[in-house]
Amino acid sequence: MINYKDIQVVFGKGTPLEKQALNGVSLTIDEGSFVTVIGSNGAGKSTLLGVLAGDVIPSGGQVTIGDTDVTRKGTAARAGLVARVFQDPLAGSCGALSIEENLALAARRGESRGLTPALGVKRREHFRERIAELGLGLEDRMGDRMDLLSGGQRQAVSLVMATLAGSKVLLLDEHTAALDPGMAEFIMNLTQKFVSERKLTTLMVTHSMRQALDFGHRTIMLHAGEIVLDVSGDSRKTLQVEDLIAMFRRIRGQTLDDDALLIG
Amino acid sequence: MSQIAFWGAVELGLVYAFIAVGVFLAFRVLDFPDLTVDGSFPLGAAVTAVLIISGINPWLAAAVAMAAGAAAGLVTALLNVRFRILNLLASILTMIGLFSINLRIMGRPNVALINAETMLSPFYGLGLRDFYVRPFFVGILVVVAVVLVWRFLESDAGLAMRATGANARMARAQGVETSSQIYLGMALSNALVALGGALFAQTNGFADVTSGVGTIVVGLAAVIIGETLLGARGILIALVGCVLGSILYRIAIQLALSSDVLGLRASDLNLVTAALVTVALVLPRLRRRGVA
Repeated sequence: MINYKDIQVVFGKGTPLEKQALNGVSLTIDEGSFVTVIGSNGAGKSTLLGVLAGDVIPSGGQVTIGDTDVTRKGTAARAGLVARVFQDPLAGSCGALSIEENLALAARRGESRGLTPALGVKRREHFRERIAELGLGLEDRMGDRMDLLSGGQRQAVSLVMATLAGSKVLLLDEHTAALDPGMAEFIMNLTQKFVSERKLTTLMVTHSMRQALDFGHRTIMLHAGEIVLDVSGDSRKTLQVEDLIAMFRRIRGQTLDDDALLIG
Repeated sequence: MSQIAFWGAVELGLVYAFIAVGVFLAFRVLDFPDLTVDGSFPLGAAVTAVLIISGINPWLAAAVAMAAGAAAGLVTALLNVRFRILNLLASILTMIGLFSINLRIMGRPNVALINAETMLSPFYGLGLRDFYVRPFFVGILVVVAVVLVWRFLESDAGLAMRATGANARMARAQGVETSSQIYLGMALSNALVALGGALFAQTNGFADVTSGVGTIVVGLAAVIIGETLLGARGILIALVGCVLGSILYRIAIQLALSSDVLGLRASDLNLVTAALVTVALVLPRLRRRGVA
């Protein structure tokens, strides 16, 4: 379904701040599978998502979604294929527009936009039903501006927005990181529900080792732009958070040792 | 204030309502501070005046003026989107360039339209006095423009434009080509402003290359007065606010100039404008703090 082939991403090429964000990453994700991505800051997690979403155009390699080569396609041009929820609750929706206007915007993702009224009776009814499913009471506030909602409510609406247009790929970029624990759990359960109901191929970046192991079918760990761990199936089931942390430490230690060698 | 002066102010306010709606599209919907309007207003006037004098139908002349305004907006958008020039600076470049272009179009700084056939000619002499005919005629056009812009902004396409101005990153993630939206919005905005210029020339009987100075301030004043009075309650209210703000602004200016007590002259107009806009900008802030 999703295929990364030898992806190279370099930020600030030719400057003193040059950084190899992804170094020859190859990864194949099956249709309908749910992959969690972990790694320390700067490991390349968000870049991995960005390459798929179109925010980052790789300098080498090839990305395909289904049968479509999207390597050089802009964000808007491939929006019909991928839906995403951002870490910042303010980033994924338009604060100045109402809840239903945000939904109307998302419902036309990847399709042409004409002069049809964005909020016809039928669409409104449909949006209301989808929002009512959340059980947050937002269905009575459809005309409220989005920026009146709490961070958690906005993420919940963002999830609905991501599933309105029927894209088969869902990208989640630490989408619960800015929320309180209770709300984070609510959003994760909602995510799980949407993903399994709609059989979405999902890539979720997270800082939480717990989340990384509790959700999905497969976990990959990135370090310095490379995949250093890729577990699924039975070996993943027996994996504990402690094991992951130990692995994390070991990888970091290794780089320290390398540096020490260089200096020595 | 005499009745003629009052209806004259209303008429001018309605003509500038097109500018207010255009400025609303650029500043509020697209979040694009666009000074092109100082050039596209006299551009609309110049194109219309020259075409009417050469015998073209005045309605067609106004349509061509709109196309010219749209082209000016596209140039600003091109400088900003394609060449990455800061939006404000891009619009200043277009504005400065338009000054020369407007002089070229007219061939001289000022073109008179006295006794020429205008869009209003068929409506004079139908029994209504001239100083009623003009605001009535322009008012109908304003209503048509407001309804069209309102329907557009509440359509799928308009929603994409509003999202572009409010959160471009999110808009792109929803499949909106934000650069196309900037082209479209700037063209639409400046087409409206040029239509305002065309109507100004036809109602006042002349086109002048310097008539564009301060257009942006007047447009912005109308938008802000409208927002101050009606608040942010949806697109239609905001558009009505633009029209209302534009008319009230003209009446306020007329009052200030015609009251002998203040001792103001016509040449004080720009200072009065600056003062009015400042008040309109400061007032909402004071009100929020509970001072006023």
